[in-house]
Amino acid sequence: MKLWLAKQRYLIDFTLASLARRKARNLGLLFVYIVLVFMLASVTLYTHALRQEAARVLAASPEVILQRMVAGRHDLIPPGYQERIGRIRGVQKVEGRLWGYYYDAVTKANYTFMVPAENAPAAGEIIVGPALERARGLAKNNGISFRSYSGKLHTFIVAEVLPQASELVSADLVLMSEASFRAFFDYPAGHYTDIALSVANPLEVRNVAVKLAAALPDARPILRDEVLRTYASIFDWREGIVLALLSAAILAFGILAWEKASGLSAEEKREIGILKAIGWETGDVIKMKFWEGLLISLTAFLIGFVAAYVHVFHFSASLFEPVLKGWAVLYPRFQLTPHIDGVQVATLFFFTVVPYAAAVLVPIWKAAITDPDSVMRS
Amino acid sequence: MIFQPAIIALLLASALCVLALAASAPFAVEVIRRWDIKSGSERQLQLERRTYLFSTLLTFVLGLQLAAVLLFVFNAEKMSGMFVGAMCAVGTLNVNALGFPALNAKIAVFFLAAIWLAINHVDCRARDYPLVRMKYALLLALAPLLAASAWIELQYFLGLKADVITSCCGSLFSEGSPTLAAEASSLAPVPAMWLFYGSLGAAIALAAWHGHGGGRSRAAAYFLAGASALAFAATIAGILSFVSLYIYEHPHHHCPFCVLKPEYGYQGYWLYVPLFGATAAGLAAGAVQPFARIESLRGIVAGFSRRLAAIAANGFALTAAIATAMIWQSRLILLEH
Repeated sequence: MKLWLAKQRYLIDFTLASLARRKARNLGLLFVYIVLVFMLASVTLYTHALRQEAARVLAASPEVILQRMVAGRHDLIPPGYQERIGRIRGVQKVEGRLWGYYYDAVTKANYTFMVPAENAPAAGEIIVGPALERARGLAKNNGISFRSYSGKLHTFIVAEVLPQASELVSADLVLMSEASFRAFFDYPAGHYTDIALSVANPLEVRNVAVKLAAALPDARPILRDEVLRTYASIFDWREGIVLALLSAAILAFGILAWEKASGLSAEEKREIGILKAIGWETGDVIKMKFWEGLLISLTAFLIGFVAAYVHVFHFSASLFEPVLKGWAVLYPRFQLTPHIDGVQVATLFFFTVVPYAAAVLVPIWKAAITDPDSVMRS
Repeated sequence: MIFQPAIIALLLASALCVLALAASAPFAVEVIRRWDIKSGSERQLQLERRTYLFSTLLTFVLGLQLAAVLLFVFNAEKMSGMFVGAMCAVGTLNVNALGFPALNAKIAVFFLAAIWLAINHVDCRARDYPLVRMKYALLLALAPLLAASAWIELQYFLGLKADVITSCCGSLFSEGSPTLAAEASSLAPVPAMWLFYGSLGAAIALAAWHGHGGGRSRAAAYFLAGASALAFAATIAGILSFVSLYIYEHPHHHCPFCVLKPEYGYQGYWLYVPLFGATAAGLAAGAVQPFARIESLRGIVAGFSRRLAAIAANGFALTAAIATAMIWQSRLILLEH
């Protein structure tokens, strides 16, 4: 075992020295390799962080949301509807929610108006989200007017601005009292937008949804798990698409690696010839080349991955953001929580190191079988 | 569902493997028909040179298959969040009928690839390549299996539909259902423990015996291979029957996949990686043994076999130690005494 280790050490030593002799060539390849790992790692790290963020945000949302449908469209919940749900075992709380969208011509963006279940502001006052604060230049105790859909102008006092930490969910949020909400939208009395149900036991959620669908055939229950799953598969799908597009880059890189490895310089050929003349076997030359590839791969992987980490978590992935995040006028600014996932690293390794290894295999072999005499004679 | 990064990576690895095998098949046929180490002809020289290429290539793709098993399970575990009713890898594998066949095929490929790699290793160290024909004949036999495994995997991934309600480990590994896994699960803990520790102990003892004899005893090597296969089956049965219960601290949860979840600190990998490594080493020790009679391999096979026995003994011992530590730490009382 010791002998084997010593042998590998000497091989690595020799390989490093030989790599250092051809700096310019190897640095070029290393640079391209690093860029490739950097791009792929940025994509995977970023989507994974987004997925985590979505899961974290949705963790606090109600287990089941019930919407009433009319002709396949979302409609208001009429009075008496909640009572028809009756008592379903396992449901802790049933509450009607009031929310809606408002298009503001000034910022050309949609706001979400909502009546919070607890701590609603006093009538005539609102609480706004951070992105709205930025877009309209608001501060505490400022007044702001919105023209309602009926054409009347409503003026509100900003009682509070929501904290930055919640920006991912509250960027475009405007919280107001029930009376203000109903007055602003001319919302019919006793009607609600939808119904939120809290279910304590996660295993019961599906049963509750089945019972709801049976009791109210015109209603659509939306489960939190389903929303989460949809988000996860959307982000995965986007990641997969970007990776599939980048596979062209992987292919190009493979071709480059092949070219680099097969275009042996006369000096390299002589080197291999001399090595074989002094007693190296073909297998030894392959081993040396294997170490060369491994060293380059690991270096590139490490540097590329660290660079991607910095790019995603310190510079908010500015290069890939538009594709992966989606788009909105009032897009929340948020800092992602750093998270590295084992599957992601393993997948990334498969995506970068395997194509490289596959591409250089044949050229390495070709170099290794060179006859010493033919090289030295030429 | 095909646009999952890990799935693309797995399919990439499988495709590479099948391509490499397809590329080496004509060469394998040529070697079997024309190989003659004594000849100095141009063709023989060509063949000898090409063996370097193909043995490196195959080492690479089969090595990749060893890693792919891990990624496959890892990925199944991670994707369980996307299917209704799935809580761990079992749910993902149960989304369609091909999930478990795909996993089983991958595990079979893992062990066969390990055996082939061991034979290749022995052959490459001998001066006159005594096993080259045998090696490539085995490769030709292995090729359809690998292709089938890749095909099942592809069909499984293509058939992944997120709207399918799958059955999860609770129903598959519960004691009443009519499957082999359920039968293993319903094994009473005391006999299962005897089987678990007995077979691991036997495998360790045989490996020690084989190693002590310098890897020369043929009988010991075959017994070791048999004991390794048995220990593998017994360990899996033991995990199903009682180790999982101790880990989950729950008297009825028999799932062998939930142990891989982050909630349980990825403990399963500590259990499975040494087990798979040790089993592969034990099987390989037996597989290289028939060639010990060949003159140029005598010392090589013995030395290599001895090292494999050491790996097997350590791996099995590690598996047993880790399982014992998990049971020790658990607050579940399964057996009253």
